[in-house]
Amino acid sequence: MNRPELQAMAEKELERQQGFRCRVLCCASTACLSSGGQEVRKALQDELKAAGLLKDVQVVATGCKGLCSRGPVVEVLAAGQERVLYADVTPETARQIARQHLAEHKPVPDFQLDANSPFFTKQVRVVLSNSGLIDPERIEDYIACDGYKALAHVLREMTPEAVCEAITRSGLRGRGGAGYPTGLKWNLVRKADGPAKYVIANGDEGDPGAYMDRTLMESDPHRVLEGMAIAAYAVGAEQGFIYVRGEYPLAVKRLDKAIKQAERQGLLGSRIFESGFNFRIDIRIGAGAFVCGEETALMGSIMGRRGEPRPRPPYPAQSGLWNAPTLINNVETFGNIAPIIRNGPEWYAALGTEKSKGTKIFALTGNVNNTGLIEVPMGITLREIVYDIGGGVSNGRAFKAAQSGGPSGGCLPAEHLDTPVDYESLARLGSMMGSGGLIVMDDQTSMVDVARFYMEFCMDESCGKCVPCRAGTAQMHHLLSKISAGEATADDLKTLEDLCRMVKALSLCGLGQSAPNPVLSTLKYFRAEYEARLRAPAAAGEGKEAA
Amino acid sequence: MSVNVSSRPRPEAEHPSGDQRFKLIDRALKRLQHRQDALIEVLHTAQEAFGYLDDDVLIYAAQQLKLPLSWVYGVATFYHFFSLKPQGEHTCIVCLGTACYVKKSGEILAALEKEYGLKPGQTTPDKKLSLAQARCVGSCGLAPVMVMDGTVHGKDTVETALAKVKAALEKAPAAETEPAA
Repeated sequence: MNRPELQAMAEKELERQQGFRCRVLCCASTACLSSGGQEVRKALQDELKAAGLLKDVQVVATGCKGLCSRGPVVEVLAAGQERVLYADVTPETARQIARQHLAEHKPVPDFQLDANSPFFTKQVRVVLSNSGLIDPERIEDYIACDGYKALAHVLREMTPEAVCEAITRSGLRGRGGAGYPTGLKWNLVRKADGPAKYVIANGDEGDPGAYMDRTLMESDPHRVLEGMAIAAYAVGAEQGFIYVRGEYPLAVKRLDKAIKQAERQGLLGSRIFESGFNFRIDIRIGAGAFVCGEETALMGSIMGRRGEPRPRPPYPAQSGLWNAPTLINNVETFGNIAPIIRNGPEWYAALGTEKSKGTKIFALTGNVNNTGLIEVPMGITLREIVYDIGGGVSNGRAFKAAQSGGPSGGCLPAEHLDTPVDYESLARLGSMMGSGGLIVMDDQTSMVDVARFYMEFCMDESCGKCVPCRAGTAQMHHLLSKISAGEATADDLKTLEDLCRMVKALSLCGLGQSAPNPVLSTLKYFRAEYEARLRAPAAAGEGKEAA
Repeated sequence: MSVNVSSRPRPEAEHPSGDQRFKLIDRALKRLQHRQDALIEVLHTAQEAFGYLDDDVLIYAAQQLKLPLSWVYGVATFYHFFSLKPQGEHTCIVCLGTACYVKKSGEILAALEKEYGLKPGQTTPDKKLSLAQARCVGSCGLAPVMVMDGTVHGKDTVETALAKVKAALEKAPAAETEPAA
């Protein structure tokens, strides 16, 4: 394929879409499918078929629209009319929508969602701009939304140096959690010597309570592929891998389909866009090990080994897969690349705060009214996320804490609700941006139990390679269980704090280094809860065994 | 002993047990060109074909990829996804991720444990049901989440969860169905 052909394909698809009087977008992501999305789509199609409307009305299975708690979500788009969103659709209401709205142009008021509610208006969709609008299984849909234009532009107009430079200027930082500047990383790999280089997309989203990467891979797989291809051109790689969790079968299926489509169109494979650039992408399916989200462990897993981390340096940029220079970025980071190239780095740098540019996707879950997937500009406050977008704490209860960063992050109490969400502010308060899980907890949640929950997770997921993490997490879990059961003394609490510092300082990889964070942050803000569970020191004795 | 694609029509070497499912592994090996780094893919295929990884399967994978058996065993036991024990006809996975935890999925798990006398990781003596827990299945918007025979169920209470498991057990053994579009 060349540029004019890409343009022609986009125009042809747009024309096809305009040929329909209206389009009905049905969410077909995991969340909506499991609340009956497939039956809803079938009911719509059957009803339209019976009414002879299939020529006028297009039913599209799209990616995620974000409001997962109200699924299945159906959107009706008609030329010259405001979009109408329906939530909690059942096959019965779907038939009603078909009869009234689609056939007679009378929207059904009962099941409508307000498209102007803060849940939608407070969001800025850059990475998720196509999500919920296009059919992720059709490359034509993606191309009609300017897909692969950035790749075409880069291959024709830009040198690899210029691409790295543009990404640096955009201020994009790694979305996996640590926030390393993406442009710097690309430049390191570009300058590294090696007969072969590799690009890896990290889709091993293991943080409990996070599903941003899953949604992006399910809703807009080509976006990830395009970002990877641009990165490969910039660093000089010819082979890429997407590492996807084994728990995400739908994401694997859609990525697989997308790769085949792109190869058929000459957008991946050899001589891409009739240039001298070759790039292939293979999928690697994880097998359920949280530690594989750590980059050196992930590379071990791609090479078919146990996913155990190794010391850094050497960093993957110097010595990664098969000792070759390797670029490894999060799936969401790659999702940002095409819009940055298309709209220019300055456009991107205008979004967000001084040090954290652009937008971030969060999985907003827990005790909050609107749970789902949101994309917000960096610097938005927690209060806006929880109360405006999230619609407040569910069941009318009071807000207690918001947990970000998963087992590596921390809990922020109500007094910090006005904190701007960016890398530095969250880190300063003892939490972290993390990959984007944001769990709201109400006043019934015990913070000691939350800390214990995360410690149990880290204990189970510790790969066992280094002693501080393997033994430290088990000991910390034991102490937390003791506190939780009301059998610990002040000495135990002191030991726990010492252990936290030790494990943080001495562990080999990020899993162990950050495992104490949930404990430290809950101790910082909710120390009274720990102390209230302590036993008087006089009645000393052995506590019960840990779970 | 790599499986050469020769033009000579010869019957493919069969596993001594005569179990046809080994052919599925052979096919994956061929597709992956017997590369040693494809071990995890091969184990995925094997587990799909056999339901779990027994000794014969591990030995076969080790021989075919020319890897030490200890290496294959090390990988198979490292990852939670691989099971070295046979699973029941039906599998129920209760998610214990943070969002599900906050929404009390622990109570659902406890109720299932009590109802069927199982701990996570165990199978009922009649081989009907295996119970498992997951760290996060990435459907947090629907918390609490349970995966019954590959289908994700969300927003359950203890009662509806028990009813769903009961209903699934009464059905014929379900083929692994993913929530396909």
